[in-house]
Amino acid sequence: MSNFINSSIGKKLIMSISGLFLIMFLLVHLTANLFLLGGSDAFNLSAHFMDTNPLIQIMQPVLALGFFIHILYGIIIELQNRASRPVNYAKVNQKDASTWASRNMIWLGLFVFAFLVTHIINFFWVLKFGELETVFVDGEQMENSYALVSGLFMNGTTGIIYSVAYIIGFIALGLHLHHAFWSAFQTIGWSNIKWRKRLTIIGDIYAIIIAVGFSIIPIYFLFIN
Amino acid sequence: MAHKTINIKLKVWRQKDAKSKGAFETYELKNISVDSSFLEMLDVLNEKLVSENKEPIAYDHDCREGICGMCSLFINGRAHGPDDLITTCQLHMRKFSDGETIVIEPWRVGSFPVIKDLMVDRTAYEKIMQAGGFVSVSTGGVPDANAIPIPKEDADEAMDAAACIGCGACVATCKNSSAMLFVAAKVSQLALLPQGKVEASRRAKNMIAKMDELGFGNCSNTGACEMECPKGISLAHIARLNREFLTANIKS
Repeated sequence: MSNFINSSIGKKLIMSISGLFLIMFLLVHLTANLFLLGGSDAFNLSAHFMDTNPLIQIMQPVLALGFFIHILYGIIIELQNRASRPVNYAKVNQKDASTWASRNMIWLGLFVFAFLVTHIINFFWVLKFGELETVFVDGEQMENSYALVSGLFMNGTTGIIYSVAYIIGFIALGLHLHHAFWSAFQTIGWSNIKWRKRLTIIGDIYAIIIAVGFSIIPIYFLFIN
Repeated sequence: MAHKTINIKLKVWRQKDAKSKGAFETYELKNISVDSSFLEMLDVLNEKLVSENKEPIAYDHDCREGICGMCSLFINGRAHGPDDLITTCQLHMRKFSDGETIVIEPWRVGSFPVIKDLMVDRTAYEKIMQAGGFVSVSTGGVPDANAIPIPKEDADEAMDAAACIGCGACVATCKNSSAMLFVAAKVSQLALLPQGKVEASRRAKNMIAKMDELGFGNCSNTGACEMECPKGISLAHIARLNREFLTANIKS
């Protein structure tokens, strides 16, 4: 078993499974977020549901572990890969051989991680441990999560800076997913000549849904609201 | 008909031996026929160097028909240079323009150490093959070729994988120096056929273990190997190798 986990394919399988888990998480997160477009009450109810649902509470530490493993193995694999070429080429031309995103997964990943840290400080930390004003929705008292989100994005110049930063973060995430989705299936072995094309298309659709879906939120607060 | 020729500048990696520190040297060549192959152009350069009492450039080559896999060379940032589905001997000077500077480097892979100048030691591939890239045959009479029926699709796919000439372009071009396409081709060509299926699990496990032990990198599915492979071996074979390796580990 340890032989398997330490093998190159074993490590990649860990990247693939943890990645697919994070791919599922993003869809759940996006669904909850889109309630923001339904106004204050809708989003507060959705946030309150996520905060009190026992399944979500169980999944939170699992999710943190998923991120940790994915990032840790990503870095281990990258360092090993660098070590396997002690002398670099003076000239490399890969623009026609592979996609830019596939060659820069580690940088896109680290960029998304930096964004994730900012995002946790902005929202998760405040919701979890901060003192937030409360509101009554349908007679039930709950934290005013909507005010927290709108407060960040509709705060004059700071709001604009945050909005742009979030959109850039989502673009990086989309590019990461553009390679990640198909790649995860290839690693498990669920691919062949036909399915590679299909998975690439499904992956691109998914990446666009995620990047555009999340970006709608800061854009909504900036322009429409 | 006027014969078209070009003048070129070459930046070639020169390295005395495995232990020495190498460096680029610049050479100029005039009136090179655009119809000559890349290796013929290097022969012209070497003739010139010999006549000047200088050490000629060492580079690998053998059949010069694009089927032996000996010629290597990373030319202008690409394995086997600026053309697809070819080895360096099949690259022609018409792919370059007059006055162009051409950078020539050896394969840069930790597991393929430089022997001299542009020659690298690809014994690592032999070691992977010895770990399982074969079918064990008990002695006895030669069986009839058509005794075991094989579906046409399987035979075709096995043949596609068997086209691998072990040149090393996949590893050389891979940003991770991963040998997955090579191992995938060798595993696929046997795993698809009834004669090879018997040892499929053991083969996948042993070849991957050897590949890892020799210090090749981890595949990240960029697909560059497939694009630079002179035989057009598909990434689908890597998916098959992953399947073979995972099921082999689940079974044990």
